Amino acid sequence: MKKFLALILALVMALSLVACGGNNTPADDQQGDDANTPAAVKVGFITLHDENSTYDLNFINGAKEAIAALGLTEDDYILKTNVPEGQECYETAMDMVDNGCNIIFADSFGHEPYMIDAAKENPDVQFCHSTGTRAHTEGLANYHNAFASIYEGRYLAGIAAGMKLNEMIEAGEFTAEEAKIGYVGAFTYAEVVSGYTSFFLGARSVCPTATMEVTFTGSWYDEALEKEGAQKLIDRGCKLISQHADSLGAPTACENAGVPNVSYNGSTKEAAPNTYIISSRIDWAPYYEYAIKAVMDGTAIDTDWTGTLATGSVVLTELNTDVAAEGTQEAIDAAMAKLENGELHVFDTNAFTVNGEALSSYMADVDTDADYTPDTEVVHDGYFSESEFRSAPYFDLEIDGITRLDTAF
Amino acid sequence: MRKQSLFHISKRDTLPLGKALLIRGGILLLALVFCGLVTTLLTGQNPISVYGTILSGAFGTSRRIGVTARSVAILLGISLAVTPAFKMRFWNIGAEGQTLIGCLATTACMITLEDKLPNAALIIVSLIAALLAGALWGFLPAFFKAKWNTNETLFTLMMNYIAMQLASFFIIVWEVPKGAGKIGIINQSTRAGWLPEIGNAYMLPILIVAIMTGFMYIYLTYSKHGYEIAVVGESQRTASYAGIKVDRVIIRTMVLSGALCALMGFLLTSGVDHTLTTTIVDSRGFTAVMVSWMSKFNPFIMIASSLLLVTMDRGASEVASALSLNHSFADILTGIILFFIIATEFFITYKVTLRKNSKKEA
Repeated sequence: MKKFLALILALVMALSLVACGGNNTPADDQQGDDANTPAAVKVGFITLHDENSTYDLNFINGAKEAIAALGLTEDDYILKTNVPEGQECYETAMDMVDNGCNIIFADSFGHEPYMIDAAKENPDVQFCHSTGTRAHTEGLANYHNAFASIYEGRYLAGIAAGMKLNEMIEAGEFTAEEAKIGYVGAFTYAEVVSGYTSFFLGARSVCPTATMEVTFTGSWYDEALEKEGAQKLIDRGCKLISQHADSLGAPTACENAGVPNVSYNGSTKEAAPNTYIISSRIDWAPYYEYAIKAVMDGTAIDTDWTGTLATGSVVLTELNTDVAAEGTQEAIDAAMAKLENGELHVFDTNAFTVNGEALSSYMADVDTDADYTPDTEVVHDGYFSESEFRSAPYFDLEIDGITRLDTAF
Repeated sequence: MRKQSLFHISKRDTLPLGKALLIRGGILLLALVFCGLVTTLLTGQNPISVYGTILSGAFGTSRRIGVTARSVAILLGISLAVTPAFKMRFWNIGAEGQTLIGCLATTACMITLEDKLPNAALIIVSLIAALLAGALWGFLPAFFKAKWNTNETLFTLMMNYIAMQLASFFIIVWEVPKGAGKIGIINQSTRAGWLPEIGNAYMLPILIVAIMTGFMYIYLTYSKHGYEIAVVGESQRTASYAGIKVDRVIIRTMVLSGALCALMGFLLTSGVDHTLTTTIVDSRGFTAVMVSWMSKFNPFIMIASSLLLVTMDRGASEVASALSLNHSFADILTGIILFFIIATEFFITYKVTLRKNSKKEA
């Protein structure tokens, strides 16, 4: 027994020597570093998950890109991942303030009320929240929302889908009347509704007989459910699938069934080389760059900032020419030019009907309240004006041609 | 032909306290050194700086100390709540659901009664609703166990899912804005139904759990109930023979466990997060089981165990942020430390000897 103890003791001592070996390098004095280089700006980023989620990865990449573009270094920002949508978000934001951050970003919808609480307590620090809806009604000078006109990206991706349908009709694979699109959505939430409607309108602008069926998973990330949903749509005779959910479920189902897929949040070509056509996504780097620069220059940040094609916030990722129909790129470019010069509006009231009638007026729930009170007229000049009265989407109409197979609020 | 295993495991005599503590301390040190080694080999980081970062993440500023202490309080509270049932050898793995149903009951009161009751009354009503809901969540599996001897592990586990689904359902009923799937901060502007702050935002839950710790120690060690729980845990037949009404003890204890879990749920919703999400309990209902067992049902050792787990968890986020290691890395370290601790408990309780004659017989 004594021998054994002695052995353990020796082992401990040897190991602690190894452990202490690297002790000479000063590692734990970040505060000292900050004092040496008084940066004009220190940025905090809060994300819901880490880089294993495509949604958060998109934000993290945007953050790193903006930091690099502004010539800032590792010491000028703090990135906190896996911050849940609870009091923890407030504590993390406050901790960032304690550490000298003067602008803080959060990426998930549920972070919003906690960011507002932190913003109220720190009037000198800027709080920027992506996807939120309350900045324009809170009346706080230092709290801001941001989103992008992603419906324009969806519309353009829809054109690629319509072209593909046309190609398949011409090849005699099915008749024009059978051109049915399937869509896997997360929740029956305005952001999703706006996304699939604009996608459908894009497709129908080139393939007039197209119809669409939508199914909802009730989760932002559930690979099995998304795969099942896509399979269900394929079994119901959908010729092309798109999705608004964050996993590779739908693209994988499409690849297995040999059905073309229009993706979201980034290219899924690797997972589905034979069926992936194109993907639209929001690039957050331009917003981050804009807001951080505003703090550096001491200028004000917009209460509601909507990124567009022009700001580089709405992007289409690699067109897969092996799968896409011929002339897709040209058609997209033409439509993009028209969108940018204002000649074309995605939600043009001539392009769709609701219950068989053209839309002439619609009150949307733009100012968030517990009773979902419609409060703002959003149709003017012949189109439904998305993302004008606040950055987050509010298009939640059920237009003709799209069938909801289920709902998930 | 009968084969005997190479090792012979037998129960040890109880070690003297000093010696046992010395062994535990030594093992903890060994675990830390081993973790350091793993850190260096896997990531090339200096282990001292990793430990430093963990500590600074948990205790670096007064705010961090506050957050850590409050998290310890919640975990400790749930651990205390599950302890009576486990001491009775009732395998209650439903603490997650019992806590969540407390959150749900509190939320329901805070939302529906916001403008109908004065604040103090609203808090009391929420508290009672939470306690009743938790008591019901504890009562059901215990009642079925007592009457029909159903399997309490499966029963409590399924009660978790029921609580989870109910919470999901009501989140959608109360979501703002429509379709978002989030309730957000409840009564953010009026603060109706929010627990008052004592001194600072962290103090009240800590105080409540501190009182609960003392209460639980006395309840388990000195009360008649505590004695009955211990006897039922040792042997139900003995308990019956001694005139203890086993069914009653089982039901009473689970009602207490459920209600105390729900008390923690009440604290979470009314005093900490002010919201309801399906992940608000954050698996602490399961972690609590480990805390309780690891501490051998001793409320004071549970303080240390909760502190260790919460420190590692809070440190993890700092490690991920400051050293660009993934969040999971600190989880690996926690796993190693727990493995060492649990293994030690085994070797303190049991003696393993090689069978000297095993060769001959083979």
